[in-house]
Amino acid sequence: MPAPRVCVLRAPGTNCDAETAHAFELAGARVERLHLFRLLEEPRRLLPYQILCLPGGFSYGDDLGAGVIFSEHLRGQLHDVLQQFRQADTLLLGICNGFQVLLKAGLFEGDSSSDSADRRRTMTLTWNRSARYIDCWVRLDVAADHCVFLKDMDALEAPVAHAEGRLAVRDDAVLKDLLSRRAVALRYAAAPNGTDPSAAAPDDSGVLPPPVNPNGSVGNVAGLTDASGRVLGLMPHPERSLFATQHPQWTRRQLTGEGDGMKLFRNAVRYFG
Amino acid sequence: MLWDVEIRPAPSEPDVEAARVLEEARRMGVDGLKEIRSSRAFLIQGKIDRTAIAESASGLLCDDVVEDMSITALPAADDSADDRLIHILFHPGVTDSVADNAAAALRRTGLDVEAVATCRRYRIDGALSEGDRRRLITRVLANDAIEHAVQGPLDLTDLSVGSDYDFHLKTVAIRDMDDAALERLSSQGQLYLSLAEMQTIQNHFRRIDRDPTDIELETIAQTWSEHCSHKTLAGRIHYREEQDGRIVRDLHFSNMLKETIFAATERIRERLGDDDWCVSVFRDNAGVVKFDDRQSVCFKVETHNHPSAIEPYGGANTGLGGVIRDPMGTGLGARPVCSTDVFCFAPPDCPEDRLPPGVLHPRAVMQGVVAGVRDYGNRMGIPTVNGAVCFDDRYLGNPLVYCGNVAMIPADKTEGRMQPGDLIVTVGGRTGRDGIHGATFSSAELTQESESISGGAVQIGNPITEKMMLDVLLQARDRGLYSAITDCGAGGFSSAVGEMGEHTGAEVWLDRCPLKYPGLSYTEIWISEAQERMVVAVPPEHRDAFLHLCASEGVEATVIGQFTRTGELVLKYADHQVGRLPMEFLHDGRPPIVRDAVYHVAPEAPCPIPDRPQWDDELQAILGSLNVASKEWIIRQYDHEVQAGSVIKPLVGIHSDGPSDAAVVRPDLTSARGLVIACGINPHLGDLDPWWMAAAAIDEAVRNCVAVGADPDRIAILDNFCWGNTDRPETLGTLVRAALACHDISVALGTPFISGKDSLNNEFSWEDEHGRPHTVAIPPTLLISALGQVDRIEQCVTMDLKASGNRIYLIGRTFDELGGSHLALIHGLCGGSVPKMDPHAARTLFQELHAAIRSGTVRACHDLSEGGLAVAAAEMAFSGGLGARLSLSGLSEELSDPVLLFSESNTRFLAEVPEPQADAFERHFQSSPIRHIGHVTGDDRLVIENAQGRPLIDSTLASLRNAWQRPFADM
Repeated sequence: MPAPRVCVLRAPGTNCDAETAHAFELAGARVERLHLFRLLEEPRRLLPYQILCLPGGFSYGDDLGAGVIFSEHLRGQLHDVLQQFRQADTLLLGICNGFQVLLKAGLFEGDSSSDSADRRRTMTLTWNRSARYIDCWVRLDVAADHCVFLKDMDALEAPVAHAEGRLAVRDDAVLKDLLSRRAVALRYAAAPNGTDPSAAAPDDSGVLPPPVNPNGSVGNVAGLTDASGRVLGLMPHPERSLFATQHPQWTRRQLTGEGDGMKLFRNAVRYFG
Repeated sequence: MLWDVEIRPAPSEPDVEAARVLEEARRMGVDGLKEIRSSRAFLIQGKIDRTAIAESASGLLCDDVVEDMSITALPAADDSADDRLIHILFHPGVTDSVADNAAAALRRTGLDVEAVATCRRYRIDGALSEGDRRRLITRVLANDAIEHAVQGPLDLTDLSVGSDYDFHLKTVAIRDMDDAALERLSSQGQLYLSLAEMQTIQNHFRRIDRDPTDIELETIAQTWSEHCSHKTLAGRIHYREEQDGRIVRDLHFSNMLKETIFAATERIRERLGDDDWCVSVFRDNAGVVKFDDRQSVCFKVETHNHPSAIEPYGGANTGLGGVIRDPMGTGLGARPVCSTDVFCFAPPDCPEDRLPPGVLHPRAVMQGVVAGVRDYGNRMGIPTVNGAVCFDDRYLGNPLVYCGNVAMIPADKTEGRMQPGDLIVTVGGRTGRDGIHGATFSSAELTQESESISGGAVQIGNPITEKMMLDVLLQARDRGLYSAITDCGAGGFSSAVGEMGEHTGAEVWLDRCPLKYPGLSYTEIWISEAQERMVVAVPPEHRDAFLHLCASEGVEATVIGQFTRTGELVLKYADHQVGRLPMEFLHDGRPPIVRDAVYHVAPEAPCPIPDRPQWDDELQAILGSLNVASKEWIIRQYDHEVQAGSVIKPLVGIHSDGPSDAAVVRPDLTSARGLVIACGINPHLGDLDPWWMAAAAIDEAVRNCVAVGADPDRIAILDNFCWGNTDRPETLGTLVRAALACHDISVALGTPFISGKDSLNNEFSWEDEHGRPHTVAIPPTLLISALGQVDRIEQCVTMDLKASGNRIYLIGRTFDELGGSHLALIHGLCGGSVPKMDPHAARTLFQELHAAIRSGTVRACHDLSEGGLAVAAAEMAFSGGLGARLSLSGLSEELSDPVLLFSESNTRFLAEVPEPQADAFERHFQSSPIRHIGHVTGDDRLVIENAQGRPLIDSTLASLRNAWQRPFADM
C-alpha cells in the first residue's frame, strides 16, 4: 500500500501546520498543506486524501470564539464533502484549534441530539477556568482503546497551549452520553509517581486541579473520538512531542529518540499499511 | 436598523471580567462598589429583522452552552434605572477585528449587514461618588487612549465612520517665518525638529523659491526624526571624561555609533577573515549571521516605550508585531522562529496616591504589556522564549518594552535588489488614522498631556493580518516575485518608500492606497503608521502573479507607485502633485549638529553591609525581590513551544519551574543545529558606572548562552540603548561611555554586534497640584540580546541539579563587588565596587567551559548573576528538587562571607559534574580558576558553610522556592 495522503488544512491564522505536516511526513505519509480557500473554491479536492488534519492556531483570530468561523465553513459550504469524505475509510484529526473547530462543527455530538428539534450544540470548548492562556506539559491517559490514533497506547505526555480548552457541557447527561458511547479518548491525569499527590486531588465533581487538568475540563476530558474510532480531537499538541528533546525533562531523564506524540502519527499512517 | 446583541455568561459560568473589575476597584480603594455584572455586545447595523439576527447569532456570536443572549433595538428606550449601565466602545477607527470578522460571518449567513461594532458593558450596583465612578471608568473599565464610555442607555443610531475627503492642497508659508514662528510650527505641527533643522528646511525652500506643502514638511520631519535617523547617536559628538576636575579623555566623533559599536564588528570580521560568519550587519532591518550552509539567521530587538506608557496592551502588541516585521523585511524576507521580550516597570505595589497625573498604575501597565505581547505572539504562532523584567521607581511614567524577533532566511536571499521601474506594492493591512505622528512622538518626551496629544499614536495590532501576510510573502519570495521588501514601521509609507527609493527615486499615487474608512487626507495616508503593512518592489512582469497569490489567501495587495531613476520623491493624489523632494536633501540634508557629552568619573562610595551570623533571611529576600523572583505567570501565558523547535524551555527542572539561563530552539526540524537566545540587562549598575554596566550586560548575555551549551565563538549580540534626554551633556556622556565599553568588550570577546536600536528622551514630566514642574528620567538602561548557536542540541544542559553525589564546581573568580548588587538593593544601600570584567580572561573561560560541556562532563550549569553564588546555588537546588552542601573554604583569604555569598562578580558559573567525570572536567580548565565547592545531596536543604565550617545558609528547598515564587503568585 502506498503512503497515505494527508491534507493538513490551514485557514487564516492557522499556525501549527508546518510542524504537523512534518510529523506526518516523519511517520511516512505524503502531506499537502492546503489552504481552506482552495477547498471552499472546489470542495471535491478533499476526496483524494485518506487523512484530514486540522492543525492548531488561531483560525480567523478566534475572534468569535475559538474555532467558530472555521467551523461555520465545515457546517456550511463543506458539509456535504466532509460527509462524503468520512463515509470512506478515512481518518480525521483535530489538534487544539482543529479540535475546537471539529467540536463546534458538531462532529462529536451524539446521534440523539442531531435528531431533536433543538439543533444547538450540547457541548463546547470554552475559556480555561483560570481565564487565561496556558502553555504547560500534561500527562494524558488513553480512555478509548478503539481510537485508531491511540492504538496500543496507554498514556502520553504532550504540551497544551490554549486559552479556550475547557470542555463544558449543557448538562450532566451530555457527559454521561459521551462516556457511554466511548467518545472520551483522552483524559488529563496525574503522573503515577505524582510529585505532589495533595495538589492533584479532584474537586467534588471529579475535576482535577491545574496544572494536571490545565483548563478545568469536565470529566478531565482532553480529547474526544467517535464510535468508529477514526476521528480524534484533542487539545494537547502531539506534534510538539515528536522528539525526546522537546520534553521539558529530557536533560534530567536523559531521554533520547522519539517522543510520545510520534506514536499517534505513526498509528494514523499504519492504519493504511 | 441598529441591533444590540448582548451576550452574558450563563448562570453556571463565572463572570471573569466582573471579578477582575471588583478586584482592581478594591485595590484602588474605590469603595461602595457592591456588585458588578459584565457582558459584551455586538452592535449590528443593516436591513435585518430580529428573528434573522437571533438565528444567525446563536452559535456564531454567542456560545449557547456557556452564554446567554438578548437582542434589543437601538437607540435604547430611555430608562432612568439604566444609569447603572456603562458601555465601553472603541473610538471610531480603532482596529476592531472581532467586529470585522463578525460582519463577514453574519454576511455569509445571508444577513444584509452594513456595519458591526463591539462593546463591553457593565452593570454596577452600589453608591459610587462621582469621583470614584470616574476613576473606575478611566482606570479600570476603559482606556481612554482607544476607548470611550457611554453611561446610561445607549442612544446610538448609526455606526458609520469617516466622511468623504475633499481634496485641497495645503502649503505652509515657511519662507517668511522668523525663528519663533519656525519653532512654533515645529512643536504645534508635531514635527519635533530643532530650530537649526527648521532653518535648513526654510533655506531649501527659499532656494527653490516656493513654499513646501504639508506633506513635504511631514516627510522631512519623519525622515529626520530621532526614531528614524538616530541623529543623536549616529551624529557628531564631543565627549569628555572628567575626574577630579581634570579632563582624562577627550574624543570627537563624527558618527559615534559607527566609530564604537560598528567599528568593533568591523575589527572582529577582519580578524576572522575567511571564517567571518557575519552576513549583514547594521544595514538592513535586522542583523544577519550564518546558521549553516543553506540558511542564515536574523535578529532584531526594538523598543515600543512611549506607546506602551499610554496604552500598554496596544503598545506592547504593536511593539512585538512591529519587530516581527523587521526580519520579514530583511533581505528578501525571513521566517520568524522565536521572539523575546524584556520589560522595565516601576514596582507593581506603588501606592495609588503616589501616581503623577496622566500615569497608569505600574501594575496595570505590567498586565497590559504582558497581555499585549502574549496575544500577538501566540496568534502569530511565534514562540516567545526568552525575556527579563526589571523594576525601578524611575520607570513609573516611562516603562520600557523591548521586543525581539529571530528569523531564518535562505542563504541566497539575504539581499534585495530593487530596480527602477519596479512597482511599489503595499501588502497587508489597510491604512487608517492610527499611529499618525508615531515616529516624531516617540522621539519626544512624555508629559501628562501625552495621552491627549498622541491619541493618534496609539494602535492596536491584528496578528492574523500579519500572519496571513507572512504566509503569502514567503511563498512570493520563494517564487521570486519581488525584488526588495521592507516593513512599514515608524513613519509609515513615508519611511518605507523613502528608504527603499533613496538611491533611485520614487513616485507614489496616494489616492490608490486602500483605506480602512474614507476621509483621510493625502498626508495622513502618507504618514499613517497603521499596522501590518509591508512594502515590496515588484518587477512589472510579476505584477499579476504577485497580486493573484496575495488574493488567493485573502491578503490585500495594491500597486501604489513605481520606483524611478529621477532621484526625486514625487507624491501624487489623483491628478495633483502634492509633494516633490530630492532624495538627497531628504536623506543627507539634515544639518550636522555637534552635541556635547560629558562624564564625571565619581569616586567609589562605601557600601556598609551589616554583619550577620547567618544569611538565610538575605538569601530569601533576594530570591523574593522583584527582579529575581519567578516570572512563571508571564512565561506560561506565552506559547513558547509552537513551531515544535523547543529544546531548552524558559522554565526547567523537576517541576518545570526553574529559571533557565537561555532558551534553545531548533529552527529547522531536519537539522540537529540549535539557536540559543539570551539577554543581559542590569540598570542598577548604570548608576555606578555605565562602562561596567555595559560590560556586565554583555558578559551576562554571553554567559547565559554558554551556560546552556552555546559555542562562545559563534555568539552575536544586539544593543538597545534606552536613555533619558540626551540634550543634557551628562546624560549623553553616560551613553557614550557605555558605547565605548561595548566596543572594547566586544572586540576582546570576539563577540560582534550585528544590529541595534536606541530610544532616547525616556523621561516623564508633570506638574504637581501646586504647579511645580517635575521630571523623572529613567536610569540609563542597556539591553544586550544574544544569539548563540549549538552544533548539536543533544549537547545542551539545563541549570537544575540532577543527581545526589555529583560534585559542584564554582568556575571563575570572585571579587569584592557588591556595588549595585541585590544584597545592597534589599538593604537600600548605594555605593560599593561595581562588578568589573576582564574580557580576555572571560573569553578563555567561556571557551574552556564550552569544551567541558561539549565533552558531556557537565550535568547542570548555571550562571552567577543577581544575588551571586547563594542565589545561583538556591535556584539550582530547588529547580532540581535536590539539596546541596557547599563550602566557601579555600576560595579566598581576603573576602568576607557576604562577599563570597552575594558578590555579583562577572564571568562565573556553577557546574554539576558526576564524580567519575571530575578529572575529565577539570582538565578542560587549563587557564581559568575552578574550585570544587561541594556536592549534591539527597536531602531537601541548601547548606553553605564558611571557611571555618560555620553554616551561613541552611534553608529548606521549600522555603527558598516559596520565597522565589511568592511575589507574583497572585498575578
